[in-house]
Amino acid sequence: MTKRLITDSSEWSFPLLERFDKEIGHLAHNVYGLDTYANQIEVISSEQMIDAYSSVGLPIYYHHWSFGKQFVATEQTYRRGQMGLAYEIVINSDPCIAYLMEENSLPMQALVIAHACYGHNSFFKGNYLFRTWTSADAIIDYLVFARKYIAQCEERYGRDEVELLLDSCHALMNHGVDRYKRPSPLSMAEEQRRQEERESYLQSQVNDLWRTLPLAPDSEEARQEQRWPEEPQENLLYFIEKNAPLLEPWQREVVRIVRKIGQYFYPQRQTQVMNEGWATFWHYTLMNHLYDEGFVTDGFMMEFLQSHTSVVFQPPFDAAYYSGINPYALGFAMMRDIRRICESPTDEDRHWFPDFAMRNFKDESFIAQFLSPALMREFRLFAITDDDREEHLEVTAIHEEQGYRALRQSLAEQYNLGTREPNIQVYNVDRRGDRSMTLRHFVHNRRPLGETYEEMLRHIRRLWGFTVRLETVDDQGRVELVGEA
Amino acid sequence: MSHFIDRRLNGKNKSTVNRQRFLKRYKTQLKRAVADAVNKRSITDIDSGERVGIPSKDISEPVFHHGKGGSRDMVHPGNKEFITGDRIRRPEGGSGDGSGQGKAGKGGKGEDDFVFELSREEFMDLLFDDLELPNLVRNQLIGTTEFKTVRAGYATQGAPTNIDVVRSLKGAIARRTALGAPLRGRIRELEEQIEGLLGTGVGEEDSRIQELREEIDRLKTRIAALPFIDTFDLRYQSFVKLPEPTSKAVMLCIMDVSGSMDQVRKNLAKRFFILLYLFLQRNYDKIEVVFIRHHTIAQEVDEEEFFYSRETGGTVVSSALNLAYDILKERYDPTVWNIYAAQASDGDNWDSDSNVCRDIMIDRLMPLMRYFAYVEITPRQHQSLWYAYQEVMAAHGHFAMQEIDGADDIYPVFRELFKRQEA
Repeated sequence: MTKRLITDSSEWSFPLLERFDKEIGHLAHNVYGLDTYANQIEVISSEQMIDAYSSVGLPIYYHHWSFGKQFVATEQTYRRGQMGLAYEIVINSDPCIAYLMEENSLPMQALVIAHACYGHNSFFKGNYLFRTWTSADAIIDYLVFARKYIAQCEERYGRDEVELLLDSCHALMNHGVDRYKRPSPLSMAEEQRRQEERESYLQSQVNDLWRTLPLAPDSEEARQEQRWPEEPQENLLYFIEKNAPLLEPWQREVVRIVRKIGQYFYPQRQTQVMNEGWATFWHYTLMNHLYDEGFVTDGFMMEFLQSHTSVVFQPPFDAAYYSGINPYALGFAMMRDIRRICESPTDEDRHWFPDFAMRNFKDESFIAQFLSPALMREFRLFAITDDDREEHLEVTAIHEEQGYRALRQSLAEQYNLGTREPNIQVYNVDRRGDRSMTLRHFVHNRRPLGETYEEMLRHIRRLWGFTVRLETVDDQGRVELVGEA
Repeated sequence: MSHFIDRRLNGKNKSTVNRQRFLKRYKTQLKRAVADAVNKRSITDIDSGERVGIPSKDISEPVFHHGKGGSRDMVHPGNKEFITGDRIRRPEGGSGDGSGQGKAGKGGKGEDDFVFELSREEFMDLLFDDLELPNLVRNQLIGTTEFKTVRAGYATQGAPTNIDVVRSLKGAIARRTALGAPLRGRIRELEEQIEGLLGTGVGEEDSRIQELREEIDRLKTRIAALPFIDTFDLRYQSFVKLPEPTSKAVMLCIMDVSGSMDQVRKNLAKRFFILLYLFLQRNYDKIEVVFIRHHTIAQEVDEEEFFYSRETGGTVVSSALNLAYDILKERYDPTVWNIYAAQASDGDNWDSDSNVCRDIMIDRLMPLMRYFAYVEITPRQHQSLWYAYQEVMAAHGHFAMQEIDGADDIYPVFRELFKRQEA
């Protein structure tokens, strides 16, 4: 048994890392059958980690003040010891790039390799959302293109001009996804060539759209009928990119870049629980396997377990440091639970989970499908309703027979992006008149918009170039004008 | 299949550009924060970085999000005693909305501030932004008594130590090639003739061929005799002296230490002197500081004594001005040194001395100066010195005077004195 021991040191070195990677990779691929992209593992210092933080983990990004702000904030909290840095960052690309911090001890490095390079990596490669929304082999190229293009624009049109535009685009970054269409991946060279084509073509398109010679004044009814766009559009950035009357071609391209990058992050926002749960589950399984095979010492395992348990710790709702449900904890527990259900199902499980599949879920559907009563009991989950018309909060369901379904439903709903973010759509553009754009906010459960909407309207106005109105539509379908810019 | 890369040696300042952009964008807010900070600081650490805060609502990036209100369902872990249908009082502070908004401010800076650290350079940049030293142009033109030796190509004459070997040998090769070229051409001609003769069937022993061969041998000896290197080939590295604008400055600090200047006023004066010193440091490589204090007589002292020892007695300002003039005459040639002076006083002066001061300033001191700043630290009415100096100001454009009431005034007054003049 001791012959297989890799090392008893806790200091890492490159040969040791390679050895661990080999063993973990072997287990992951051959024993557990994980399908992954190739790994590119980069060892970085903590300063570099802070750099990586400020560009949302992307290795290359265009310049913008907000990343500087992020950097300053991270550096500050890190220096004052209020926040530890993540042990790793992993980028959904092919090859999959993972950053390891040089300060980590060897058990931590092994954990991170198992977690990021095999856990997250296989999730990126396997999950349907990532498969649909991101192209791992093209993202780095695209970022290079974006950075170059924006630098060029700054040179040509002035930094301030570009900065204003980016500010407005960033504000709408979460509204740049079409949930039902899927663009095909492009390589950088192709992207560049197309970009030039697009520039001239788009402009001619837009000109055509707005080439409305003054006709005889329409009657009011005719106007009403010709609502345009015919269907409300939820992808605000796309709509602006294609239709805003006054944008220059380069501005359209910048809008597009922000939209594309927003789209790249879209799956990550929807699969936090699953992704982290999956990766945590695999580092736990792989490390235990290493231990069982005698590759690592007891001390190594103790250190691993210590950091593993702190990662998956779920403080109860009344703890001082409670800040919502820990996605690592919930995800990990669910993944383990699934394993338990597969390997040794109880009667209850047979009743709740007739059959089952993986890969094709996001957080919302994953929870709706796989949150088992056993887990709800383990976490002692309970649901409350906070209605501002009522004086009290009401506990609507707890972890008991009658409550399971309601509880599962509400938790799944909590992870539904559609409910988490306000539903705002382009409703109408007055093409014949003042070219004003009307947005509609479809209110859910009477939840109003946050106070930022006025500023948001100014941003949208900057992009659109003409008056922008925001109306809310409540649950009964009543329409009310909220703001105008 | 995994590939390890050690990136630790790569640059770590990838975010510098973004950081600069962030600072630039919020320059006005930061300048305000810096101005506050500089007034609050203790004198000894004025020259360091600083923690500054910007209202975080100014730098927020808006997105559409849900506001408070409406009805929402939340799921929480860790149930202990609740059962379905329980009604709970709404917790204070709106923790029911579950989102992590509105965390308490760190370090007691108030909850709305985005607080971070500026480096020393960034701090100084903001502190002295838009300020300039008056008359800086002039000092670039005059004061050319310092020289710097710079390379100036190659010369045919020079000291043996400056011989440039490579260059000289290149020249030698060129010379040998050039001088040997006609000889080698002739050899080629003769060899062709030999070929021609041999072609017609003439034997090797023929006298004509013998002659040609001898001629070729003679020519080859001549080529061999070309000197490998000649004095003609030698090249020397050449150096010339270029006049350099001087970048040395001397700063005279003149302060009244009579009984009426108490410790509080001296501290105010000191802050002003320090600001001036830091500002000069940004413009000059080397700065010397001369401390002159005076009551009825003036003395040159070291820094410690200047700021902390206390004297009593009357005030004769002209004594200090005379001493300043003597020191300049003796040690600081105005064609070499950029001379700045700052004088702090509470305005008290022996009555008939003010006119003497005025004359010394106008006729003797001001012509030597780059800039002379006078600050009067007094909450009271101006006395004769102020009015005498007003005449100096009328006579010389590079004299400036301001009044300081309290610590809050120092930085604004400093800015006022050195603000960029419109071209």
